[in-house]
Amino acid sequence: MQASETSKTRELSGTAAVGGPPYRAPREEFPILSRPVNGRPLVWLDTAATAQKPRRVLDAMRSFSETRYANVHRGVHTLGYAATQAYEEARLRVAQFIGASGADEVIFVRGATEAINLVAASFGRSFISSGDEIIVTELEHHSNIVPWQLLRESTGAVLKVAPIADDGTLDLVQLEAMLGSRTRLVAVTHVSNVLGTVLPIATIARMAHAVGAHLLVDGCQAVPHRFVDVQAIGADFYAFSAHKMYGPTGIGVLWGRRELLAAMPPYQGGGEMIASVTFEQTTLKHPPHRFEAGTPPIIEANGLAAACDYLTDLGLARICGHEAALRAYALEGLATVPGLRVIGAGGNHEDGRAGIISFTMDGVHPHDVATVLDGSGIAIRAGHHCAQPLMQRLSVPATARVSFGLYNTTEDVDALVAGLGEVGEVFG
Amino acid sequence: MRDDLRDLYQSVILEHARAPHNFHRLEDASLSAHGDNPMCGDQLTVFLRLDDGVIAEAGFIGHGCAIALASASLMTDLLRGRSAARAEQLFAALETMCGTNHPDEVDVPEQDRAAVDQLRVLSGVRAFPVRIRCATLAWHTMRAALHGKSHASSE
Repeated sequence: MQASETSKTRELSGTAAVGGPPYRAPREEFPILSRPVNGRPLVWLDTAATAQKPRRVLDAMRSFSETRYANVHRGVHTLGYAATQAYEEARLRVAQFIGASGADEVIFVRGATEAINLVAASFGRSFISSGDEIIVTELEHHSNIVPWQLLRESTGAVLKVAPIADDGTLDLVQLEAMLGSRTRLVAVTHVSNVLGTVLPIATIARMAHAVGAHLLVDGCQAVPHRFVDVQAIGADFYAFSAHKMYGPTGIGVLWGRRELLAAMPPYQGGGEMIASVTFEQTTLKHPPHRFEAGTPPIIEANGLAAACDYLTDLGLARICGHEAALRAYALEGLATVPGLRVIGAGGNHEDGRAGIISFTMDGVHPHDVATVLDGSGIAIRAGHHCAQPLMQRLSVPATARVSFGLYNTTEDVDALVAGLGEVGEVFG
Repeated sequence: MRDDLRDLYQSVILEHARAPHNFHRLEDASLSAHGDNPMCGDQLTVFLRLDDGVIAEAGFIGHGCAIALASASLMTDLLRGRSAARAEQLFAALETMCGTNHPDEVDVPEQDRAAVDQLRVLSGVRAFPVRIRCATLAWHTMRAALHGKSHASSE
């Protein structure tokens, strides 16, 4: 890469295929991107950890708080009604965004972690018993491993792990061989938070359903970056967090098929989830409210709805194309860095890869890479990415990871590659 | 490069990280402990061979960043010939240096002055609060071993 090329953002190939005008990263809509970090413009390459917030999301929460805020499903007063309306409209908005068959299939939770724990605690303890099998993959985040280990402890269920190939793709032949009459649940990530591998969810769904198992999908790294239709892909549960999709922290979504949710007992008890309570007997509400004990994240629900609108308006197909092009551009740049090895890449998968790249550098620990880059205002993630079993599978203690969002540009990639050159100078 | 980064990655640190001293298991260790930093996944095992209450030899294995490795390398050099109490004193001095106090303000007994001088190279982490635990991981692990614990976590 020539220094003279780094001065302007190039038009990326890959975005044109989607149609319409070339994609232009809306950086000005993200106030934080204009702040300097360590004397340099911020280069945010850690969207897989959390995404920065556009003004539209921030404004939605502020506007709701200033004009319609109250608790929901309680007050007879004007604001109580207005807030309840807004909260339930947000639920409907999310339902439309992911292709749910109705708003009642959308449960607001704290995040994807709570969503998976909810399924483990409610669905798991009711429908999974001793000797039944749960299958996860080697790609999973701890949040899609530990809840099943806890369920295994309490029920005697068996946890099986479907292997990946060295290129980070899931071995579908081995997965299919693992499935059987005792399989109750297959729990997989949609997109690997470490390698960017996109799993063929529709295929996995067919395999799981063929043996009568249900499919839970951790969609954290998919929902902000590609169009997701939970029914079309054949999932039974789908979990994701708002903060990774340019929305606020503190709220996430569990989508579940209506008939499954209806058969599931509550996850937590308290207000909001009951129809009536006496000391002798409590009558539960129907889903989704059965699963929303206590005051929910009301302001955040409005922020999440605004994030759905924002992504829809920008167009997820275009965002996906842009990020794929950035990935390809970055791989070219990273190939010029001496001693840099991209981890788990090179697979030829029909669904390709999302905008996430893990790498290591010879003789330099990922934390040191991240610290030197941070000195230039470049934020990347270093460590095990809450996926220690995957690190063991890949035989690396840790990796450096860059992840792209809709606001990233080729200039960000150029800054990264230049920064990695500096890393090489320090440690070379 | 910025000055604080240059301070952090002084050549002494890089040399120790590249070729850590005492980077091996002690087969005849009297004490050992495993230490990890759950935030980043760094893992070290520290081995101590005590002879009449004095650390005769120290070694370590594991993986970590340059700071963690350099600190463990320096530590295993400096522990040799120290009692448990003097090992802890040295750790206290390091913690102070890596914390709020400037290295020059650390109060050190005369006998430890040379050792503390060597540890000064680690004080660059003061400008990088998230990296302080990298510099102290080996020492927490050493302390755990001295207290008969098998595990230390630098959280």
